Amino acid sequence: MDRIKKFIIDIGWPRAIIALFLLALFVIAPFVNVRLDSSISDTLVRFGMNGVLVLAMVPMIQSGCGLNFGLPLGIIAGLLGATMSLEFNAVGFLGFFMAIALATPFALIFGWGYGQLLNRVKGGEMMIATYVGFSSVAFMCIMWLLLPYNNPTMVWGYAGKGLRTTISVQEYWGGVLNNFLSIRIGEFFYIPTGTILFFALMSLLIWMFFRTKMGTAISAVGANPDFARAAGINIDRMRTISVMLSTLLGAIGIIVYEQSFGFIQLYMGPFFMAFPSVAAILLGGASINRATLTHVVIGTFLFQGILTMTPSVINSMLQTDMSEVIRIIASNGMILYALTRGVRVKSR
Amino acid sequence: MKKREAKFTIKRFLMTNIVPILFILLSAFAIPISQFSANYLIQEMLIRLARNSFLVLSLLIPIIAGMGLNFGMVLGAMAGQIGLILITDWKILGIPGMALAAIIATPLAIALGWMCGTILNRAKGREMVTSYILGFFVNGLYQLVVLYFFGYLIPIRSPELVLSRGYGIRNAVNLLGIRNCLDYFIPVTIHGVKVPLGTFIVIAIFSAFIVWFRRTKLGQDMRAVGQDMEVARSAGIAVERTRLISIVISTVLAAYGQIIFLQNIGTLNTYNSHEQAGMFAIAALLVGGASVAKATLPNVFVGVVLFHLMFVVSPMAGKYLIGQAQLGEYFRVFVSYGVVALALAIYEWRRAQERAYARRMFRGEA
Repeated sequence: MDRIKKFIIDIGWPRAIIALFLLALFVIAPFVNVRLDSSISDTLVRFGMNGVLVLAMVPMIQSGCGLNFGLPLGIIAGLLGATMSLEFNAVGFLGFFMAIALATPFALIFGWGYGQLLNRVKGGEMMIATYVGFSSVAFMCIMWLLLPYNNPTMVWGYAGKGLRTTISVQEYWGGVLNNFLSIRIGEFFYIPTGTILFFALMSLLIWMFFRTKMGTAISAVGANPDFARAAGINIDRMRTISVMLSTLLGAIGIIVYEQSFGFIQLYMGPFFMAFPSVAAILLGGASINRATLTHVVIGTFLFQGILTMTPSVINSMLQTDMSEVIRIIASNGMILYALTRGVRVKSR
Repeated sequence: MKKREAKFTIKRFLMTNIVPILFILLSAFAIPISQFSANYLIQEMLIRLARNSFLVLSLLIPIIAGMGLNFGMVLGAMAGQIGLILITDWKILGIPGMALAAIIATPLAIALGWMCGTILNRAKGREMVTSYILGFFVNGLYQLVVLYFFGYLIPIRSPELVLSRGYGIRNAVNLLGIRNCLDYFIPVTIHGVKVPLGTFIVIAIFSAFIVWFRRTKLGQDMRAVGQDMEVARSAGIAVERTRLISIVISTVLAAYGQIIFLQNIGTLNTYNSHEQAGMFAIAALLVGGASVAKATLPNVFVGVVLFHLMFVVSPMAGKYLIGQAQLGEYFRVFVSYGVVALALAIYEWRRAQERAYARRMFRGEA
């Protein structure tokens, strides 16, 4: 009994409850006529879809900048890249990588400015990040109306200018990763191998980065700024680099998301996109000053699992759609838990 | 020690008041373009002062207690809305209806405020972001109650309130029964401009309450806690309790504010009204020149007028300037979020500078 208790305390109550809840959903699923194989497949697809966006949390948390509520800034860079690749009519893998290549300079510039701002407001990063995200989304709403795009699949038909709210990428680079080496078993089950490989590649790069001299310096800044300064590390520089990296990952993340989802969502689309990613990494066991790749993988899987399973299972059980409400309560409850838990460092 | 703080410089003045100044410039630019008549604008401003001031007032007390902008005021707004849904169902009209809604909302707001205060006491130094997320979290609970329990666990008799599936409240609730009942309780019209005097009187009473409250023992305690928690604790003030009370008061006031707001609007947007309430109240207060650590009554009223002036004017200005009203629409969304970001950033930046200055003073370099 003590062992179980210790185990639960180690992984934290909310995580234990949600993991058990997810397990229960998977167990109940066959009894309420929800196909298990298609559920698992959906969970995997969504895992790949959102993985990189959750990964974008890691650098900023590690450098002590807190949870990246400013993720929409990176997403906007990604959207700019994606829309521009469509403007150039690039298709297939070429289009996908072109979108990333075009998004990169924007992400780095935005990230640099964002990093400069966050360096001046140490201690209040999270709230300001939230509002920087919001206002940049609103600003881009104006830009999407005014920027001179011409591709007829993207602009409003009757006016001939201004981008549509949702743009299909199906004929350009929709599903290029999902279908790459994908494994299909039966009618309902398939593994989006390409997307998951891409996520693994990104994770590997981040893992390697945090083992370089610079990566270690960034972690040191997050763990103990005073110590880092004493060791001769330029704190502001490290923080700026971590913010740029987070923003870049956000940009790549949204492009991966779009190729799987099949649509680019503009205007208010990216508005609340930071919250699911924040909730996911916290669910995986990260705290507001420490996050690892394991947290990303576990968190994304649990969170997306809940998102996939609750609508289908709960709906067939109760005949109502409560999934949205459960999602709101679970994800924000998770963030709340992490915020109130404080920055106690576990003695180990 | 050199007196650095007291010196008045233009740069310092601009730095402190950058947000209101920006807004005045923006309005000065946009009003002529929008082609609205002065009469129309005055009428609009009076209505919006009546509609929004009370909600903004509810933010003041936590600022005194050093807890920053209470993004958790949406909790109070939700309590107020539950009161309004119930009285609409019971068909109680006019002032008695509003009073009853307030009576129902009060215990709910106290309970929610208590919860909010307890949670914020566990997240010291991160109050704003925590209360912000708490707003979303309780929004989930609110939806659970209103969308699934109302008409199921809590009986609702009026079929026009309930969704066709038999439980859950519809998206929009018509508040015709109490619409404008407080605003024009005492009908006054000056030069064709209707003055919502009734609401102004209530707002005046509560402004007086806040002025009085600051001078009470509790108000002074809050100020001490806001200055420095540790010093206040050693002076024998129950820090946690004081902070808790400030949040409870704020939440209850927000509930009343939301009731006043909705009696002016006349329709309750069941699942959206409260979200906008928090957003706009905070933006308005910051536009009025308040900061996270200091807010006064003039900030409230100047802020409401300036913020809503921009709000009314910008779609039309956008239409005449570029030919798209949608553009002005997005512009005002951008400005309302941007202004909060700017005000928060300026505040934190200045705090960081002051910390650095204090460090230099300590080492005797300054």
